[in-house]
Amino acid sequence: MALKFIALLLSCQLIGEVIVAFSGLPVPGPVLGMVLLFVGMVLRGGVPDGLGRVSDGLLAHLSLLFVPAGVGVMLHLATLRDEWLAVSVALVLSTVLTIAVTGLVMTLLIRWTERPGRQD
Amino acid sequence: MPLDLALGDIWVYLSSGPLLHLTMTLLAYLLADWVFRRSGQRALFNPVLLSILLLVAVLSVTGTDYQTYFEGAQFVHFLLGPATVALAVPLYRNLPLIRRLWLPILIAIATGALVSSTSAVLIADWLGASRQTLISLAPKSVTAPVAMGITEKVGGLPSLTAALVVLTGVLGAVVGVAVLALVRVRDDRARGLALGVSSHGIGTARAFQVSDQAGAFAALAMGLMALASALVLPFVLRWLFSG
Repeated sequence: MALKFIALLLSCQLIGEVIVAFSGLPVPGPVLGMVLLFVGMVLRGGVPDGLGRVSDGLLAHLSLLFVPAGVGVMLHLATLRDEWLAVSVALVLSTVLTIAVTGLVMTLLIRWTERPGRQD
Repeated sequence: MPLDLALGDIWVYLSSGPLLHLTMTLLAYLLADWVFRRSGQRALFNPVLLSILLLVAVLSVTGTDYQTYFEGAQFVHFLLGPATVALAVPLYRNLPLIRRLWLPILIAIATGALVSSTSAVLIADWLGASRQTLISLAPKSVTAPVAMGITEKVGGLPSLTAALVVLTGVLGAVVGVAVLALVRVRDDRARGLALGVSSHGIGTARAFQVSDQAGAFAALAMGLMALASALVLPFVLRWLFSG
C-alpha cells in the first residue's frame, strides 16, 4: 500500500508547514516533517516496509527534483555575470577548504575514539 | 507559409499547458542521465548540471520565460518537499553507525558546516559580492530543498541558491577525492563524511563510488548537515545581515 505511505510523507510535511507558519520558526516545513518522521520511526523502532520502498523510490531520483529550480539560474545570469569572480573563487576555495578540514577533523577524532586501551 | 502557421499554433497551444514543460524536464533529465552513464559516471557530466544547461538552452532558443516553464516543471519541483521528509529513512537506517562515533561525527559536521558557510561568505564579501548573493551563497553545502528553504526565509534568492548548491556539489565530486588524498585522509568514514558535508547528494553519490562505508557516512553527513543548518543558519544569517 504505497498510497498510505505517500499520504504519511505528505502529512508529515503538512504538519511541519503548519507548525512553521504558526511558530515563525525560520526552518523549512519539510525539514520539520523529516524530524517528525524520524522521531516516529525511533518510537516505533523500525522502518515499515512500504515506507522504505516509497522513500527509496523518491530518493532514487533526488537529482531530478533539483532541475526545475536549477533552471531558474537563467533569471540570475546577470547577477552571476556581474559577480562571477567573487562567486567562483568563493565556491572553489570554500569547497576545497571544507573537504580538507572536515576530513582531517574526522580522521583525528576517529583515531582518538579508537585509540588502543580505551574502554568502550 | 500555412505549415509554419500550423506549427506555431501547436506550439502556442502546448506552451499554454503544463504538459510540454513537464515532459521536457523529464526527457532532458533522462538524456542527461544517459550521457552521464555512457561517460562512465564522470563527475563533470553530472546529470543535474547537464539537464539545467540543456533546458536553459532550449528555453533561450524558443524564447520561453522561466515562469511559463515553471508552470509545467512545478509538478517535479513539488516533490522536493516529500523527498526531504523521506530523508528521515536513510538517516534512521544509519542510526547504528552514528551511535558508536556520534561525538566525532557531530564535531566534524559542525566544523565543516562552519568552515563552508564562513569561508564562502568571507571570500565572496572580500571580492565585493552583493548582500543577496552572500545570503544565497551561505547554505551552498546544504542539500538543495533545505538550502533553498533557508535562503527563502532570510531574503536570498532560492533559485540562485539552487544553482550554487549544484555547482558546489559538482565541484566537490570532481576535486574531493584528490583533495582528501593531498591532506592524507585515508579513512573511508572520514572521506565519506567530508564529501557529504561539503557536497550533499552529489558528494554522497561520489562517496558511494569510493566504498559503501564512505557512502553511508556521506548520506549521514548530508542528513545531519541539512538538519543542523536548517536549525542554526537562519538565525546566524539574520543576525549577520540584519539592518
